[in-house]
Amino acid sequence: MFHPLFHLRTHSRYRHWSIGLLAIWLSGCSEHPISFLDPQGPIAAAQRHQLGVIIGLTSIVVLPVLILTPWLIVRYRYGSRSTYRPHWGFSKLADIVIWGIPCLVVVALAVVAWRGTLALDPYRPLSGSEDVKPLRVQVVGFDWKWLFIYPDQGIATVNELVVPVHRPLALKLTSASVMQGFFIPALGSQIDVMNRMVTQLHLEADNQGEFPGKNMQYNGKGFHHQHFVARVVDDSAFQNFVTRTRESGMTLGPRVFDRLMAQNTGRALVQSLEAPGADNATHEGDRRLRFGHLPANLFDDIVEHATPDWSSIKSGGTRNDASSSPEARP
Amino acid sequence: MTHWADWMLGRLDWSALPFWDAIVDPTTKNIVNAIIASGAGAMVILGGLIVVGVLTWTRRWRWLWREWLTSPDHKKIGIMFIAIALVMLARAVIEAVFMRLQQAFGLDGGFLTADHFGQLFTTHGTIMVFFMAMPFLTGIINYVMPLQIGARDLSFPVMNSISLGLTAAGAAIVMVSLMLAPFSTGGWSGYPSFTESAANPGAGVDYWIWAVTLSTLSSTLTGINFAVTIYKQRAPGMSWLRLPLFTWTALCTSILMIFGMPPLTVATALLALDRYLDFHFFTADLGGNMMNYINLFWAFGHPEVYILILPAFGIFSEIFSTFSGKKLYGYGALVIATLAIAVLSFTVWLHHFFTMGQSAHINAIFGIATMLIGIPTGVKIYDWMLTMFRGRIRFSVPMIYAIGFIMLFVIGGLTGIILAVPSVDYQIHNSLFLVAHFHNMLIPGLLFGMLGGTNLWFSKAFGFRLEERWGRRAACCWIVGFMLAFFPLYALGVLGMPRRSVAFFEPAYLPWTVAAMVGAVIILVAMLCLLIQLWVSVRDRHANRVPGGDPWDGRSLEWSVSSPPPEYNFPVIPEVHSRDAYMRQKETGGGAHPRPDDYEDIEMPANSAMGPIFAITGFLLAFGLTWYQWWLVVAAGVAALIALIARGYVRDTTRLIPAAEVRRQHEAWLATLASLTPVTRADEQSAANRGLPASPIEGAVQ
Repeated sequence: MFHPLFHLRTHSRYRHWSIGLLAIWLSGCSEHPISFLDPQGPIAAAQRHQLGVIIGLTSIVVLPVLILTPWLIVRYRYGSRSTYRPHWGFSKLADIVIWGIPCLVVVALAVVAWRGTLALDPYRPLSGSEDVKPLRVQVVGFDWKWLFIYPDQGIATVNELVVPVHRPLALKLTSASVMQGFFIPALGSQIDVMNRMVTQLHLEADNQGEFPGKNMQYNGKGFHHQHFVARVVDDSAFQNFVTRTRESGMTLGPRVFDRLMAQNTGRALVQSLEAPGADNATHEGDRRLRFGHLPANLFDDIVEHATPDWSSIKSGGTRNDASSSPEARP
Repeated sequence: MTHWADWMLGRLDWSALPFWDAIVDPTTKNIVNAIIASGAGAMVILGGLIVVGVLTWTRRWRWLWREWLTSPDHKKIGIMFIAIALVMLARAVIEAVFMRLQQAFGLDGGFLTADHFGQLFTTHGTIMVFFMAMPFLTGIINYVMPLQIGARDLSFPVMNSISLGLTAAGAAIVMVSLMLAPFSTGGWSGYPSFTESAANPGAGVDYWIWAVTLSTLSSTLTGINFAVTIYKQRAPGMSWLRLPLFTWTALCTSILMIFGMPPLTVATALLALDRYLDFHFFTADLGGNMMNYINLFWAFGHPEVYILILPAFGIFSEIFSTFSGKKLYGYGALVIATLAIAVLSFTVWLHHFFTMGQSAHINAIFGIATMLIGIPTGVKIYDWMLTMFRGRIRFSVPMIYAIGFIMLFVIGGLTGIILAVPSVDYQIHNSLFLVAHFHNMLIPGLLFGMLGGTNLWFSKAFGFRLEERWGRRAACCWIVGFMLAFFPLYALGVLGMPRRSVAFFEPAYLPWTVAAMVGAVIILVAMLCLLIQLWVSVRDRHANRVPGGDPWDGRSLEWSVSSPPPEYNFPVIPEVHSRDAYMRQKETGGGAHPRPDDYEDIEMPANSAMGPIFAITGFLLAFGLTWYQWWLVVAAGVAALIALIARGYVRDTTRLIPAAEVRRQHEAWLATLASLTPVTRADEQSAANRGLPASPIEGAVQ
């Protein structure tokens, strides 16, 4: 069937060169794609395309004001010789134009908004380009770091979302603290995460790379440190990441969980867990932890404010829940 | 002894001092922040001492009490509202400059602590909305609207004084938080559960709750007062479709105040119940839901946007037609558009949280509803352009603000439409793009409107014109400063920079934050220009006097009386025969200032201390609640209640001005008028302009 994203995806045919130029100009100094103007997935690309359409349509009403106002104030300035009609105050024709054109523009905008909003609904699962099952990830916002749980793989990470390229992502999100906003600009939409509530977000990456992610909703003095990195890799690297994390990842036990629940940044968390290997990190986003052993249903327990079922941890033997060393990166 | 002190002071202790952190933990950053915070507190104390000193030195306490604080006169109350707005504007602009400075140095650090920055953006937003914009527009409507409809005062003059008192109390609470810190860091919208006691047990959020509560109560009363006045006090012949457009917008704004303010009063009251009495309206557990707060907040918040902008639209309508020397184009359409905006403003609140996870259909419908508001707003813009079309445009200060407004506002409209599309909003929500957008609506829209209105009506209130040159410099600095300060924020928002970030780690943001800082400094220069303009105007007041009362060849009734108008506004209530009532009077042979056959005694409201009493008790109540000083809460509450009951027993609520006195004053003014030389519009900005325009028939507006 005709995919609703299809007509939004084919933006290259229309070549919104102005937006493209703007993208290069705006994000020229950036190492990693930090914005949807440099989209790395179909959602962000469609959003950029929509932005261009909306600017174009709205300009029909806005540009005449910007062009005609200077002309009016020059032509009809005090002392000029142009026509002066102090008692003229209505024209049927002018009124039809100034009501009619904005109405038509809003009708067009409404169509764009309606179709775009339904097509890009963050709750709508993405079918993906091939017949692949979406990767499920559960996201928990803490003060001030992100926990990513891979329920099907039985692993978890902090401040690092590793995903395979071209595979749809199905995120379920909640907050263990106050309201936060989960956002990877280069991939697509942001969504609010709230305590005791679960929101959903579907994303997909077209390119490999490292894309910054962040919290958009102020949640205290560590807010600006609440960054993470979305690392998009190929399938084998992803499998490698999963295997290695299962084998050599830390255990997410009660001690780690208490540290997660406390107010701290990713950096402070790493330090408090005495995990080596993060010393050469350049900023907060690079400080991350990987867990190979965690309680079953951790996400649901966080949502329900229940104590995680620590006995369900399938421990890899004698591993202490904080002393194992992080593994090499993919 | 300690017990006694605890009982007196509640939870107020040494740590409330703004420099406490620097004493306990003297790091460089803490010391820098302590200096900034204490400096701000010291400036407030110094300002207060200077005012007290001057009043004592010139022995003006009694005069202040009798002529101003207890006056029920809508004109004086209006001026006091605007004075509060200007003081608060100065503070909030300085805070904005600090925030821009911080972000200009904010790559990996900066000089402000995260907590200090959080308090800055919270007080900046709270002040700008509740203690700058609201008092400013309330003051201007207060002053102008009764004059425009041919009334002698508002319907409820003492309630008006109480409104002023409540706003003053709220503003004072925000000011006191400089000396006895902290203020909330929850932003002007104060979303729970961040503002619940679990996450923020300190006094900051409580300061915010009570300051906002005082302000919303004040505005609800004001809305009722304005609406009733416009319904009931119009001069004979002033039918609905003869109302000046500013009065129309005042009516719509007051209706929005009546329906829009209570949701916030309720929301902050419920939040207070959560915080004080362990209720669970908005907590995460025990059945609470913070989404309810967010809905209530924006059920206020979106109408609030139009409460702020509609009076400015009204002012611009007056400015465009007055300074184009021409009838307003499309009066009927402008009235319909204003009403349409007022109604639609209640149907779009959800667009403030498209990202909260509701269904796409709901988002799409609210997005489209939002765009619908763009239609009447766009029509208004074109109506103003057509007002200039075939006019004779004079570039006086109000007109410069108006032209800046019309060009910049449409850009804000464009970005508003972008934000209204939910799927695109998912990319820019809570980013600096949003911050840029609403500043783009509120600075060129609201603030330019208020400043333009001040330049327009200042001479009416004080009898002399504001100086033009410094006024123009201020206007130009505002326009340029605004563009430089906020256009970069659009870029930053598109690049994904969240609002309310004290620091950032993305080098690509740096050039934009530096540019925005330069813009903020230019805005600070604009503030200085405004100050100099006021100073120069007062200094040269004798040269710029306009005893004739009509310096701009005005169109509505406020220009038909002397400047400043007599206490009773109109010696004889005028009869209205058309739109632009005063212009028609000037154009038809009847004469601009007919001599009435007869004068009557005029009954005016008597002074009342209710305003100051509510200001003081309101302030003490809020202060006591914030710091858990329960004795103060009880004492202030009981005092307010007693005052309210006692007011019911006051019998001398009016004062009679004898007809002979009215006659004497009016005859004196008519004699002054006869001595003035009419000027054409070419001499409008010169000292020759004494407020008597040459008759339009002889080419006053050519």
